[in-house]
Amino acid sequence: MAEMTYIQAISDALRLEMRRDPRVFLMGEDVGVYGGAFKVSLGFQEEFGPWRVIDMPLSETAIVGGATGAALMGLRPVAEMQFADFISCAWDQLVTVAAKQFFRGHTPVPIVVRLPSGGGFSGGPFHSQNPESSFAHIPGLKIVCPATPHDAKGLLAAAIEDPNPVLFFEHKHLYRRIKGEVPEDRYTVPFGYASVHRPGEDAVVVTWGAMVHTATEAADELAKEGFEVEVLDLRTLIPWDKERVLEGVQRCSKVLVLHEDTRTGGFGAEIAATIAEEAFEHLDAPVMRIAAPDMPVPFSPPLEKAFIPQVEDVVAALRELAAY
Amino acid sequence: MAVREAGPVGSLQEVKEAGLDREDLLGIYRNMLISRGIEERGHILYKQGKIAGSFYTGRGNEGAAVGVATAMGPNDVGTPLHRDMGVHITRGVEPWRIFAQYMGREGGPTRGRDGNVHMAVPELGLHPMVSHLPAMLPVATGMALAFKIRGDRRVALGWFGEGAAARGDAHESMNLAGVRQLPIVYVCDNNQWSYSTPTYLSYPVEHVADRAAAYGFEGVVVDGTDVLAVYREARRAIEKAREGGGATLLECLTLRMEGHAVHDDAFYVPKEMFEQWAAQDPIERYRTWLFMHAGMSDDEESEITSAVKRLLNESLERAEESPLPDPASLEGSVFASPEDLDTPHHK
Repeated sequence: MAEMTYIQAISDALRLEMRRDPRVFLMGEDVGVYGGAFKVSLGFQEEFGPWRVIDMPLSETAIVGGATGAALMGLRPVAEMQFADFISCAWDQLVTVAAKQFFRGHTPVPIVVRLPSGGGFSGGPFHSQNPESSFAHIPGLKIVCPATPHDAKGLLAAAIEDPNPVLFFEHKHLYRRIKGEVPEDRYTVPFGYASVHRPGEDAVVVTWGAMVHTATEAADELAKEGFEVEVLDLRTLIPWDKERVLEGVQRCSKVLVLHEDTRTGGFGAEIAATIAEEAFEHLDAPVMRIAAPDMPVPFSPPLEKAFIPQVEDVVAALRELAAY
Repeated sequence: MAVREAGPVGSLQEVKEAGLDREDLLGIYRNMLISRGIEERGHILYKQGKIAGSFYTGRGNEGAAVGVATAMGPNDVGTPLHRDMGVHITRGVEPWRIFAQYMGREGGPTRGRDGNVHMAVPELGLHPMVSHLPAMLPVATGMALAFKIRGDRRVALGWFGEGAAARGDAHESMNLAGVRQLPIVYVCDNNQWSYSTPTYLSYPVEHVADRAAAYGFEGVVVDGTDVLAVYREARRAIEKAREGGGATLLECLTLRMEGHAVHDDAFYVPKEMFEQWAAQDPIERYRTWLFMHAGMSDDEESEITSAVKRLLNESLERAEESPLPDPASLEGSVFASPEDLDTPHHK
């Protein structure tokens, strides 16, 4: 085991995959000489050469479409969007082509699109978004949102191995803030299995990405008041671990669904609806939801802080649940 | 680098130099007849109510489609469109599978999952189009990128229309191919009408191929009704790409001889335009050439036409025997599993 930051774990996974499988290559804007806007691929071009770490023109459509074509020819492309926000430029290639090609043509499209996502450092409306629910709504795409270095490494390896288009949302605010023990060898974390980030039995918070850490801080606060909250990290949204969520609801009877993405049509709505459909009789309180308000991500620090769910927001909601 | 306007093909000698023997020449004729025959039968099937959804044809584009596909190597790949029946036929797709596709049967290349000409047989190097034109150009460019990365001596072909040339996908693809010297040929089926929109409302220059200069590669305009000229230019572009010479934009000029789809009577196309282009119908034009330059006899011709007719009859029967998909299989094929990767084009 080694202690790594979240971003080191992502680099490590990529490097190991590229060393073990010559079909894996990286393409994106500034990923080569510069090492990527966040330096995920720093030093990669020296190790793997310019045709496996490809500096692309500023062309998101060509990057994702190109990855799809290369995958159809037997390669395993990992495409980097400089920011998750820019994936909107490649919407058509993901949604129209990659997501539907296996259904129509029976040809798998094993691509990974890495998406540095999330706010917390005044990136403003175009460098802070969490667009995972838009893509979770598209049949044919898999959605991965790791919260820890361990999961980031194992889920990225699993994503590269997966025969489908996978959107890998790596939260920028976790990149250098979150450290953890990570096995040095290659391993995979399978999709569709939630992980208990913090155990508890009085209520369960269902969340993913950076909010796992926000929820955990809040749960630690509530523990001082004798209210033990389980923090359930979904890790992947498509597929999502419905069984484990329902089990948590049945055991704890109180549930908070939390995400950094905006509220209406967010993936939390799907989770809340499923709980209402399948675990209604186990609930001792209404399903609670905390999400960002329905608006673009604001720039100015006090506005952004008010926009992104904070520890105190989660604490307040959990106290409400405790009192219910 | 100005666009090059390619001349017609004249003598048999010239054709032989371009790599075609007499058998190839008759094969081209046969493939053009099958292409048109399938679409003519399709019209009947549509009127009989046997085709769900809409129905599209490539009448007038048979020369351009067959000409380009004949120039492809066995391991080359491409993303043909709804006017390119001749590409599927030339690559060896069995006509019964196309009829089955039209009718939403299991035997069609998409097994009833997608309709009309949204189909391809990947084992033959073809990948199915989507409606969002030209969204397959970035994909074809990625195929060429894969060949370049691996050092394969293979070429990708990406088809698009003069209407879809207005979209950013075309620009991003060609720019990338130019920057990276990718082994790809961009084939523009310029049939002069993007649904009801004429060329002067789609692009402001004389030729779509004029744009190639902006990407640092050659643009060629060829008469798309001259199958042999198309073949010669496509072969030149494909082999240049194979030898590391980068991309070419090959514009095949034709007229769409029917409406956008079966519901459209193309009232907006001037009658004289149809008359002018009907006089240079690619099949009729090639037939005349075969009689004049390749010594095709009446017997040979009737042998070909009756064999085509027989093939189409048998194909239609076989397609109608193909089962409709079972609704129980509805949700089965959204995601691929690891064993699905084990197909020839993924090895």
